[in-house]
Amino acid sequence: MYYEAIVIGVSSGGMNALKIIFSALPVDFNIPIIIVQHVGAHSDSQWIKLLNEKSPLDIKEADEKEKIEKGKVYFAPPNYHLLIEKNKTFSFTIDERVNFARPSIDVLFESAAEAYKNKLIGIVLTGSNHDGTKGIKRIKECGGLAIIQDPKTAESAYMPKSAIAAIVPDYILSLEDIVELLIQIDQQKE
Amino acid sequence: MVRIKTKIVLKKMHYKDTSDLEISLLLEAIYRKYGYDFREYSQAHIRRRVMNRMAVSGFEDVSQMQSKVLNDEPFASELLQDLSITVTEMFRDPAFYRSLREKVIPILKTYPFIKIWHAGCATGEEAYSMAILLQEEGLYDRTTIYATDFNQMALNRAKDGIFSNKMIKEYTSNYQLSGGKESFSSYYTSSYDNVIMNQSLKKNIVWANHNLVTDSVFAEVHLILCRNVLIYFDKNLQNKVQTLFYNSLINGGVLCLGSKESLQFTDLYEEYIELDTKQRIFKKKY
Repeated sequence: MYYEAIVIGVSSGGMNALKIIFSALPVDFNIPIIIVQHVGAHSDSQWIKLLNEKSPLDIKEADEKEKIEKGKVYFAPPNYHLLIEKNKTFSFTIDERVNFARPSIDVLFESAAEAYKNKLIGIVLTGSNHDGTKGIKRIKECGGLAIIQDPKTAESAYMPKSAIAAIVPDYILSLEDIVELLIQIDQQKE
Repeated sequence: MVRIKTKIVLKKMHYKDTSDLEISLLLEAIYRKYGYDFREYSQAHIRRRVMNRMAVSGFEDVSQMQSKVLNDEPFASELLQDLSITVTEMFRDPAFYRSLREKVIPILKTYPFIKIWHAGCATGEEAYSMAILLQEEGLYDRTTIYATDFNQMALNRAKDGIFSNKMIKEYTSNYQLSGGKESFSSYYTSSYDNVIMNQSLKKNIVWANHNLVTDSVFAEVHLILCRNVLIYFDKNLQNKVQTLFYNSLINGGVLCLGSKESLQFTDLYEEYIELDTKQRIFKKKY
């Protein structure tokens, strides 16, 4: 497999979108997935546990300095920015909100682009602000692959539209097609 | 011809590595010239900060900015502000403060006098939160709070105890969720767009310049709070600072970390017992 990581940014409407993706990805899906979902500062990780139960994959909240491993899915913790180091471990910060958000999608995407360069897939899903637009641009600049949820299929079209306005995405797809594409990419030999 | 082509390709391939190298040289320059040591900070964080400053100030690359940093002290001081984190809240993580009240205050009550160290206090919101909590628990008069940071500008603001009233709604809600016993508004007076913290909260707080990376033990204390500071450090530096904390705590003293920070991967994990696993409150073994 060519790609080493997938980053996903999602805001309002995210619960349903993520449920669709993670109940459909198979147990042997290899590429690690790192997600920033906009959530309240005091929200607990119940939702991640729930999603984990619905999915054959191992889904968890990222730990500080944790090493990113194949076959795992990581969520940014509430009220922290999540960054990826070049040695493929997680760093957290409590820096000011970016695009009114902490965690911010841009912060994750920009650091991931530096760490994985052209071996990164960035995905922007449903949401009602423009977080993720700068980040997906950076991923493209570094040679990564950009997938945007088709705004027509998004619960909230603003975020995918904002991303599409800023870059030429490699794919604009429905959630079901995103899943199919990811499975194909994952099964591809280098 | 062929050789030149190869050279150009090589140069391109290594282009990004140059910016890493330049950032590392910049940090070395800051340390050698000004004594502030960011060399063992999380690199992704430093990169983000440095690149932001570079873009805002219109430099083409980090090396160009380095020369400005070395020769222009006001500019250097601006960059140092960028690299130091001053984001904080009163009663950040209310559940932590509730646990502090329930599990740590009873321990502190057994001492005739109490010394508390807020390491990396930034603009002081957490030190004021602690002062409020101690007043309500009847312990403040026999307590000294050492609130330290390496950022003098932040410390000066902490000393003033003047905060924007935009935040007060959130702080009030945090305070109430944390188990606060009074009306939060009784701890400050409003003045235009700001609130001024009561003088009675300040009297036992000692604000001091201390750098966790380069300075050493300065007191033996009963309680250390260092929340969301260590996340900015690499593993090696985290270990060093944990040793500093260990050596600063009395036996049976308590260490409070940020809700995502852990002792688990440090050399000192065995030297503490967990008072509250979720809220990251640890007690140094006797």
